[in-house]
Amino acid sequence: MKSPAFDYIRADSPQHAFELLAKHGDDARVIAGGQTLLATLNMRLSQPALLVDIAGFDAWRGIAVQGGMLRVGALTRHSEVESSPLVARHAPLLAQAAPHIAHRAIRNLGTFGGALAYADPAAEWPACVLALDATLVIASAKGERRVAAADFFQGLYTTAMHPGDLLMACEVPLIGEGERQAFSELSRRQGDYAVAGLAARAKVSGSTLRDVRLAFLSLGDRPIRARSAEAALQGGAIDDARLAQVDAALRAELDPFDDLTHSAAAKKQLAATLMRRAVAQLIKEKS
Amino acid sequence: MNTPTDSPKRRVRVEVNGTPIVREVECRKHLIDFLREDCGMKGSHLGCEHGVCGACTVRLDGQIVRGCLVLAAQADGHRVDTVETSTPSKRLKALQDAFVEHNALQCGYCTPGMLMAALELVEQKPDADRTQVREWMSGNYCRCTGYHAIVDAVCAVLEQQRAGRFADEPVASADEVRA
Repeated sequence: MKSPAFDYIRADSPQHAFELLAKHGDDARVIAGGQTLLATLNMRLSQPALLVDIAGFDAWRGIAVQGGMLRVGALTRHSEVESSPLVARHAPLLAQAAPHIAHRAIRNLGTFGGALAYADPAAEWPACVLALDATLVIASAKGERRVAAADFFQGLYTTAMHPGDLLMACEVPLIGEGERQAFSELSRRQGDYAVAGLAARAKVSGSTLRDVRLAFLSLGDRPIRARSAEAALQGGAIDDARLAQVDAALRAELDPFDDLTHSAAAKKQLAATLMRRAVAQLIKEKS
Repeated sequence: MNTPTDSPKRRVRVEVNGTPIVREVECRKHLIDFLREDCGMKGSHLGCEHGVCGACTVRLDGQIVRGCLVLAAQADGHRVDTVETSTPSKRLKALQDAFVEHNALQCGYCTPGMLMAALELVEQKPDADRTQVREWMSGNYCRCTGYHAIVDAVCAVLEQQRAGRFADEPVASADEVRA
């Protein structure tokens, strides 16, 4: 299908974008990579009067270690995250997750910040930044502010961003001593939306896990921490009996909904499978 | 909700297969309709038009993209390469030959997108094994279900490359491409 008509303006600065967004309000949409927006336009699921293109803000693009954090500019492409040596070293979770994001042709254009700001509960980056306890840097005409990932995702496609806000960067804590990270997901075809996915990190010594964070995707209206399962994994050696307890805790706390192809019960089963795989990977992997 | 009676336009300057092209296009027009309707280049095909099938895969500044998920207006000032590039690289020619040899095309509708996707794989992942080829090519649908033959063809070109066949033809790095 063809998109409805709209106007298109390349903003030449953040200030220019803020002015356009203030002037046009709900009639305007921001476009960066456009890999979700263009599909919704072509399907006529969205009919904005104006697209404000922010892809040219070079200062909002790139990956650097800055102030003890890995700073990923919002306009950084998925494929740049995928191939970044800095990401591989300091936030391997992101490097593991990237190949699961659609297909290469889409990763070459889609942006890190676009996926976070869109807040699709089935997307990889939101679960990753939640697991990593990252901070989102939001710009507006009034200035910058920082929001923790745990407070950023507020519901289905809903974030802490206000009208006129733009996401400019994400600050990810560097992987710590003894920390390991694991990402996996289950989908019907490589690159499709995950039926269930898991971003996990923990401090590992031998077969003991501490500071465990399990952030699931596609299991609710936003990325979800499984806090009971995390608690059940803390301290002590992991054996079959422990894993059975964690499994039970996980199934009790998750509350996924049925969709066209998978029941809630099936999703819980997949989540439990992902949890066991992640634990095995965290314990096995060399530091 | 927007119900415009006229469709805003922009002047777009794009280098297509090495030729500078300037056109006035509707802001809503995506790159593949632009290439086919405004530039007369019908090599790139349009399938699902929402980013799923990959028939419209072309290169933008040297990297594959979904042509149906890019506006012509976004491509203003950038370089586009399609399957009918006037100076096909040795790798692209080898892929075309391998597709014929391995019977990796039937109706041919998906072939331009398959070739462009395969070309980036051959350039960027020279050590890819069969599983990685399948994963990479999974972004492109073939309604004739020619997948095994397509994977065979891509693997054959990867082997030729590892045997040194394209040694005299360097691959542009992503940084050069983006500069």
